[in-house]
Amino acid sequence: MERLSNRQLTISKLFILLSLILLATGMVWGILGGLQYIIPGFLKGFFSFEKIRPLHVSSVVFWIILSSIGCIGSYIQEHTTKNLYSLLLFRIQFLIFFISILAILISYCFGIFGGREYWEFNPILALPIAIGWILFIINFIKSIGSLKKQPVYVWMWLTGIFFFLFTFLESYLWLFPYFKSNIITDMTIQWKSYGSMVGSWNMLIYGSSIFLMDKISGNKTYSHSRIAYLLYFTGLFNLMFNWGHHIYTLPTHGYVKHISYIVSMTELFILGRIILQWKNTLSSAKKNYHLPAYRFLIVADIWVFLNLLLAITMSVPAINIYTHGTHITVAHAMGTTIGINSFLLLALIVDIFQLNYRNDNTIKKSLSIGFWITNISLFIFWTSMIIAGILKAKWQMNITQIPFSSMMLQLKPIFIVIFVSGTIMSIGFLLIIFSLIKKQILSFKIN
Amino acid sequence: MFPDKQKAFFATILVSTFLIYTTYIYTSLPAEDKVPLNEVMAGKKIWQQLNCNACHQIYGLGGYIGPDLTNAYSLKGPAYIKAFLQNGTASMPSFKLTNKEKADLLYFLQNIDLSGKADPRTFTINYDGTIEQ
Repeated sequence: MERLSNRQLTISKLFILLSLILLATGMVWGILGGLQYIIPGFLKGFFSFEKIRPLHVSSVVFWIILSSIGCIGSYIQEHTTKNLYSLLLFRIQFLIFFISILAILISYCFGIFGGREYWEFNPILALPIAIGWILFIINFIKSIGSLKKQPVYVWMWLTGIFFFLFTFLESYLWLFPYFKSNIITDMTIQWKSYGSMVGSWNMLIYGSSIFLMDKISGNKTYSHSRIAYLLYFTGLFNLMFNWGHHIYTLPTHGYVKHISYIVSMTELFILGRIILQWKNTLSSAKKNYHLPAYRFLIVADIWVFLNLLLAITMSVPAINIYTHGTHITVAHAMGTTIGINSFLLLALIVDIFQLNYRNDNTIKKSLSIGFWITNISLFIFWTSMIIAGILKAKWQMNITQIPFSSMMLQLKPIFIVIFVSGTIMSIGFLLIIFSLIKKQILSFKIN
Repeated sequence: MFPDKQKAFFATILVSTFLIYTTYIYTSLPAEDKVPLNEVMAGKKIWQQLNCNACHQIYGLGGYIGPDLTNAYSLKGPAYIKAFLQNGTASMPSFKLTNKEKADLLYFLQNIDLSGKADPRTFTINYDGTIEQ
């Protein structure tokens, strides 16, 4: 088994360490982007916003993807009590991803683009990402063997892994003239793929979260239960059909919008139910033992609730018409990727790195301070974005619109709050990241 | 416990429906413009190479530091857009585009403009929560 002790540098941990570095750098780009909102022209000559934004977005997207891979790589070995099918394939996958991501970030620094929103890099760089992912699929399927009597998290991992590849490839259909020659077709397919892609990485993270819940509670009944599977299938249904809420205002077919409206966004709610169910079964002794991971899991539950409210509101077209194209959309994206995905991933990483408050006071203090800083500042950050969104929505709907630049100037005080809270949140995250990396590196005994 | 046969049944139904839905979308959308001008495609390429979407939106999708450009062509006119491309703004660099590149980008923006209206004020809200233009 790859994960033998905390003192070994495994490939899973390499994925996680690289992802933590990407999260740290991603936040630095985010701070610089925030500064450009309040000081127009800041770093314009070297790193104007069209460079900063993809550097920020790609870094944090790869944080989510790589840490998810690392966590699954580690947990799958715990689940099967065997090594991965091929550690060599896993190493090759890591190398491919490492080189590709480096090339992507460097190309952004030099202003070399050619892709589209979220995957702005030259499409040629998508090829190694897809190849690396196929290696992951092979390793996963061979390691799992059969789906017979498997718990729900294995089904979630399988779904996430396959759908990520499908949606990633689908997001490159624009390379074919049939899709790219009409802007409406192109954008419909683009957001079909992106909407489902988010659902696919949610499956990877939520699956690992359920594995961790089982592990902490010492009870595997839930992950085999009928309710767990029904919730999983509801989540899958959403992944497949709710993406149209991104494009309510696009003049594409009406059925796409109506289906999305009906299906609505319930996937976050599903996770909230799962976590709450698990929480009830925990004994207080076990809770204390796993406190760092537990804390992040519980706080993610609160963020699920907050973002669920926002998601349901935004999935109603009559309300979406106001929120679309405003910072309310960004608040939702930030709330889910930071408040839910990142906190869940940190819970998983704390477990995989085998960190325990009782063993180390330094890590206890750093994680605790980081935890509170990130959560309080995220709440201010998230709320400020919603306020900025409401004000922009008011401007969008106004019959006599003032110029765009004047509206942006009016929003400047809120952008300052967003920048300050975002910077403080980044400091909190950096504290957590630095503690995790330092602790792990110090404990490594490289074989 | 959830029987394996039931899991396989639900998974098969969902995946099959998804694939049928996906195929239908691929084939039912207006795949090509009547006259897909080379200039429009060249403009689109420039739009992507400069990563304009990082700051600007099309149909409300993209970055928020710059304005939505879906209907900028008809609302502001080509000369106005050209001036911005030429000189940049406080936030936007001047990308030093050639006349041909600027013209292609304008063809692309014109093409987007002709595809529909993005202004949320032009939508009607129905009682069932749906919207229409």
